[in-house]
Amino acid sequence: MDVILLSRLQFAVAVFFHFIFVPLTLGITVLLAIMETLYVRSGDEIYKRMTQFWGKLFLINFVLGVVTGITLEFQFGTNWSRYSAYVGDIFGSLLAIEATVAFFLESTFVAVWTFGWNKVGKKMHCFAIWAVAVAGNLSAVWIILANGFMQNPVGYTLRNGRAELENFCAVLTNPYAWGQFFHTVTSAWMLAGFFVLGISAWHLLRRNESELFRKSVRIAAPFTLILALLVAAAGHHQGTVVAEYQPAKLAAMESHWESGSSVPMYVLAWPNEDARKNSVQAIPLPGVLSFMAFGNFHAEVQGLNAFAPEDTPPVLLSFLSFRLMVGLGGIFILLAAWAWLKRGDLASDPRLARLLTWFIPVPYLAIMAGWMLAEVGRQPWIVYGLMRTSDAVSPVPASSVALSLLAFTVVYACLGILDIYLLIKYARKGPTADTQDSVGANGATDALSDNTGA
Amino acid sequence: MLATIWFLLWILLWAVYFILDGFDLGAGTLLPFLARNDMEKRYIYNASGPFWDGNEVWLITAGGVTFAAFPVAYATMFSALYAPLLILLFALIFRAAAFEFRNKVHCDRWRSFWDLCLVLGNFLPALLLGVAFANLFRGIPIDADGVYHGTILTLLNPYGLAGGVLFVLMFAFHGALWLEIRTMGDLRDRARRAAFAIWPLLLSMTLLFIALTAMYTNTFNTFRSHPVMYVALVLAVAGLIAARLTLGNGAMLAAWLSSALFILGATFFGALGMYPNLIISSIDPAYSVTVTNGASSPLTLMIMLGVALVAVPVVILYQLWVYFAFARRLSPEELASDHAY
Repeated sequence: MDVILLSRLQFAVAVFFHFIFVPLTLGITVLLAIMETLYVRSGDEIYKRMTQFWGKLFLINFVLGVVTGITLEFQFGTNWSRYSAYVGDIFGSLLAIEATVAFFLESTFVAVWTFGWNKVGKKMHCFAIWAVAVAGNLSAVWIILANGFMQNPVGYTLRNGRAELENFCAVLTNPYAWGQFFHTVTSAWMLAGFFVLGISAWHLLRRNESELFRKSVRIAAPFTLILALLVAAAGHHQGTVVAEYQPAKLAAMESHWESGSSVPMYVLAWPNEDARKNSVQAIPLPGVLSFMAFGNFHAEVQGLNAFAPEDTPPVLLSFLSFRLMVGLGGIFILLAAWAWLKRGDLASDPRLARLLTWFIPVPYLAIMAGWMLAEVGRQPWIVYGLMRTSDAVSPVPASSVALSLLAFTVVYACLGILDIYLLIKYARKGPTADTQDSVGANGATDALSDNTGA
Repeated sequence: MLATIWFLLWILLWAVYFILDGFDLGAGTLLPFLARNDMEKRYIYNASGPFWDGNEVWLITAGGVTFAAFPVAYATMFSALYAPLLILLFALIFRAAAFEFRNKVHCDRWRSFWDLCLVLGNFLPALLLGVAFANLFRGIPIDADGVYHGTILTLLNPYGLAGGVLFVLMFAFHGALWLEIRTMGDLRDRARRAAFAIWPLLLSMTLLFIALTAMYTNTFNTFRSHPVMYVALVLAVAGLIAARLTLGNGAMLAAWLSSALFILGATFFGALGMYPNLIISSIDPAYSVTVTNGASSPLTLMIMLGVALVAVPVVILYQLWVYFAFARRLSPEELASDHAY
């Protein structure tokens, strides 16, 4: 394999693994902030225990998100040095701002929140989780502005053999980035909603801590339903943005080959990339693709054959990712609505309760498919229309990249399995029994006094 | 001018990272030498408790600022140092996992495994950062296109290795002082004795490194043309001596701050020596990436400076607050808490 393919695979491994942990962090911190605010307002201990239970799962998840994020920042330099030198003037500054305004806030207040239960006041403690929730989502703003520049480069000028910043405001108001931001963040919050529903359902079926989990569902069910609707709305909006700025990606994700107006959407289709047409297409919905892309049943939509073959993305992967994402998006709305209807007692419908638990991984799959579409659909460009992926790679030997790719795959797989094991272990264990901090509860104090001379 | 300001800020960011994460790196490295039982090990974990993550963000920021302010240098440096940087990343990943995972399962083998990860996850970054920076001070074989003509073994030259050993000792000393401040009982005594024992080694290594710097690098020529740079060397030496004096008096916080001053001075000493280069080519000086030709556009540097001047003081304020609120001596009650590592 050549160094380009290896580097792309390595980036895919690093970014997908990172994004296993990120969406839950983005969403569950918001839910935790709501729960803890309820605790501070009502003084009801059950909300404190609720916050601590979900908080423990958040922290197990959080740590791998943090460390795998550093890998991504370093990868631009180690594996994509030509790219880094070419667009660092803009892209690098967005990453640096992300670290300065968001990562410090997030990491510092996660620590305050984790270690501060008995050290800072109630209100300060609640403020800490709000700060974490805001900071996490703020970092999403900056990283998606950076990705938005790759998708739809704006505010730059070509000077000194590279892209230099010309208009910072244009970079900050990039319509592609904001469309992608709302779609990404709503889906992350929705994922966290399903996570809470799924684990709550498991405990409710076993009549374990029923009050705590019923109240968790009362918070998570409307949250999830609203977010599932917003994901679809933001997704549709993003589709129109793609139609406007990345016509080749739109054509690939719809497997639409010949330009024309009043373009139908086919319920069944299968692309044939060699023949550059669909080998199967059936059940046309007249004008629907034109309407979805441009809000007009008669609008003209460019097909893949309007682009040179070397300028079109892999069609099958884009198409399947898109269909998977959209199909699941519909299921999310139905399931969230069902859970919302039964929010008073999920256990009254064991089929629903079991389904919700098994459903926890599914939003992850949809989010991965969405990013697959966003990144694969941008190919062959690393910066759309400006720099090809093949021109972006570092001058490092393929053997080095092969070795590091192997190491990433093995290490990440092991850590991922351990993390999921711990998540399941602590999710099953349920909330801790006593509301007080378990001082001396596990005999640690006794063990200590033997050897510290205290 | 703007590029030179960013060069100084760039060094400062790395120095702050070394000062803050340095004690985590040192404390973790010392774990097998200081901790005799599970509870003492947990003291070492929790001494870094609320801080290591926030400290590590200084590394992310230092990396991000390299990218933003000096993209060409970032691209060249990170691709040239491919192997050591990836080992550093893996080490930091395992370190973080060790913090979060170790106390989650009550099983001896599980814990020993994560203890090993913690030790290597702190020792390797200390060593590799030292090796990498010493090689940058000296120069690395890059050609006109910034392509690196060497292997990881190229970096393991005497000067690079001396840099690695210096960093390990520097952080071990810093970490021992931190453990003295945050722990109690026998562990605290051992940490103090370790600080006393490491100091002469650190002093000898520092003197050796200065001598090797005179031998292998252009640093002192640069200093002669910009005599103000000698301040860095003076600060480093003053910090190192003050650390020993305050340690002798039992003024541990003062000793830790002196050690921080030493790290600050040492970082500036090495990095300023490269000026006006950011990456020195050992093949031909004409291939070097300089502060000027490696920098971002003036507009980017200006915006970044604005962001830094507004945001970084705020960051420092709330991080200081966390240090004041949390960096007290650990108590048995705290370790027994459900939230402790």
